[in-house]
Amino acid sequence: MLQPCAKGRQLRYPESRDKDPVRVTMQDSNFLPRQALQTLLDTLRGQGFRTLGPRVQDGAIQYLDLVDAGQLPSGLHDEQSPGCYRLSSGESSRCFTWAIGPQALKPHLFSARETLWHSARDASGGISFSDAAIGQQPMAVIGVRACDIAALELQDRHFLDGIRDPAYAARRQDLFVVAVHCSHPAGTCFCASTGDGPGATRGFDLALSELDEGYLVDVGSERGLSVARQLPLQAATADQRRQAEREIADAANRQERGLPSRNLREALFGQLEHRRWDEVAERCLSCGNCTSVCPTCFCHAEQEVPELGGNTSQHIREWDSCFSEGHSYLHGFIVRPETRHRYRQWLTHKLGSWHEQYGRSGCVGCGRCITWCPVGIDITQEASAICTDEGLPGDSA
Amino acid sequence: MNPYLPREAEIVGRTEESPNTFTLELRLTDGQPYDFAPGQFNMLYLYGSGEVPISIVADAEDSGVLTHTVRALGRVTNGMAALKVGERIGLRGPYGRGWPMREAQDHDVIVVTGGLGCAPSVSIIHHILTHRERYGHLSILQGVKHTDDLIWRSQYDLWAKMPDVQVLLAADVAEPGWHGHVGLVTALFDHLQFEPSRSIAMLCGPEMMMRASAEGLHNRGLAAEEIFLSMERNMQCAVGHCGHCQMGGQFVCKDGPVFSWPEVRELLGVRGF
Repeated sequence: MLQPCAKGRQLRYPESRDKDPVRVTMQDSNFLPRQALQTLLDTLRGQGFRTLGPRVQDGAIQYLDLVDAGQLPSGLHDEQSPGCYRLSSGESSRCFTWAIGPQALKPHLFSARETLWHSARDASGGISFSDAAIGQQPMAVIGVRACDIAALELQDRHFLDGIRDPAYAARRQDLFVVAVHCSHPAGTCFCASTGDGPGATRGFDLALSELDEGYLVDVGSERGLSVARQLPLQAATADQRRQAEREIADAANRQERGLPSRNLREALFGQLEHRRWDEVAERCLSCGNCTSVCPTCFCHAEQEVPELGGNTSQHIREWDSCFSEGHSYLHGFIVRPETRHRYRQWLTHKLGSWHEQYGRSGCVGCGRCITWCPVGIDITQEASAICTDEGLPGDSA
Repeated sequence: MNPYLPREAEIVGRTEESPNTFTLELRLTDGQPYDFAPGQFNMLYLYGSGEVPISIVADAEDSGVLTHTVRALGRVTNGMAALKVGERIGLRGPYGRGWPMREAQDHDVIVVTGGLGCAPSVSIIHHILTHRERYGHLSILQGVKHTDDLIWRSQYDLWAKMPDVQVLLAADVAEPGWHGHVGLVTALFDHLQFEPSRSIAMLCGPEMMMRASAEGLHNRGLAAEEIFLSMERNMQCAVGHCGHCQMGGQFVCKDGPVFSWPEVRELLGVRGF
């Protein structure tokens, strides 16, 4: 009996007597020719999914509606460095020769702004409450990176473990993830150091390795298997497999940044008065860009939006940031009045107290906070400076 | 099931406690049962304005009335101050981990409060007085900035006359004729009769007051694990999702608001957390 591998590409498919009349076995037939990628999109759409994938909008790669493989960012590279993101054209016919855009899957599951419930007041002063409608066509996203899958797992734990967030749960339930292993890390990437990439090992339905001539397809779920069965897969050569493995390994080796350790809980909370907090606060604008692009940041503010008529009102939430003044408002006083408090809150939470809350760091090494920081503050440098007590920028371990 | 959805409640009673503090007695209009534990809180919703977390003072013994004492400080609470009996608000809850009333059984209980910290603690006193045989000696210590801030005076007088109950009051600034202590509530520890090995303390008030109280009681022999505090942070969702109430790794809304001292000691009173 053919089964999807529990851990994606690590296990692959078991050797099988193949009683199942399946055309696909990942042992020998998992090569998808480049021109057949459209079949994947069509198959997913045929199964009722709204398909999203990487496309260029506003000068950046974003997950947008994707119905034609020709809409993919063919030959594009992203150049990322602290405070800098640029797309550039290349000669390659490949579509995934970039690392990541400004947003992970977060906005598609945890909406940046949405209504939680409605209230209405009748003539006698009675108040009634009603759910916000969560209409959602199942989504399939093509081109998800390993770091973003790790972030998705963390958001799942936050919004689904214990009390379930209904809107997140509705969108997450049917999400179909087509990962593409990362072969082109950006200058700000450090997923190898956090253990979250560049190859995807779990959390996907299908995972693709991109080669010049097409894709190697790994299956990660029953749903993924049923889709893979619809694809015109061919025998992959040993050379193709080696090439795919090598590109992931090279992508890890090319990363220059890293965190000093995967668990900085004690190191950070042992340095709450380190002079570096004051120093980074001199540079930090407290703008919240880092928390907006961070794929694991979950803070959101609730707000009331009464209609002009006065008889109905919406209760909404929108993304909030621990860099905002209101985030720590407490009956007439601000718990974190200064930027140094806010940066310290962010870093000690992201790399420290996440371990208490979710058993791991809240950082997946995507590097977005470095790229999209207007002044180029580098989380790996700050963490290294504070945790290793070396105050100089650039000496990340 | 939408965990954020309030229920309608009618204001069935209102008391002006001080110029900016009022108590609302609420009754849920849906008739559905509602249970809470001492130290838990509700999210109260003012129509068209928003929600605020307010501790549950007490219910009036199965009458189905929920009591909340509110200080008018922000936009929502100032709006709530204008509500009258018969008007409706929204309510959801109860939320959080309350006071360790089970652990406190067969112990002498010391309740130390500051300012409006007395509100989340009244439920402790009510619970002990309702189940008097389960608990030992009860000490009630309350400190305020100014004697004008002291609400529930007649209540304190009443408690002070009960057997096996000690009431000690302190004010930083006292009106003429004040018979309590002038100064910090922690100075009252010198007048506190307690046996550390069979006592438990429950603290609620400003963070620095709770830190000083925890240290003061600990220095007098009370084990750190026998000291409990009710913490306060910005809370918007009350279920650990919105992120505002975090204090280190703790979500105050769902892991607390009541913590043992060792659980929060590292960051208690540290500016910025």
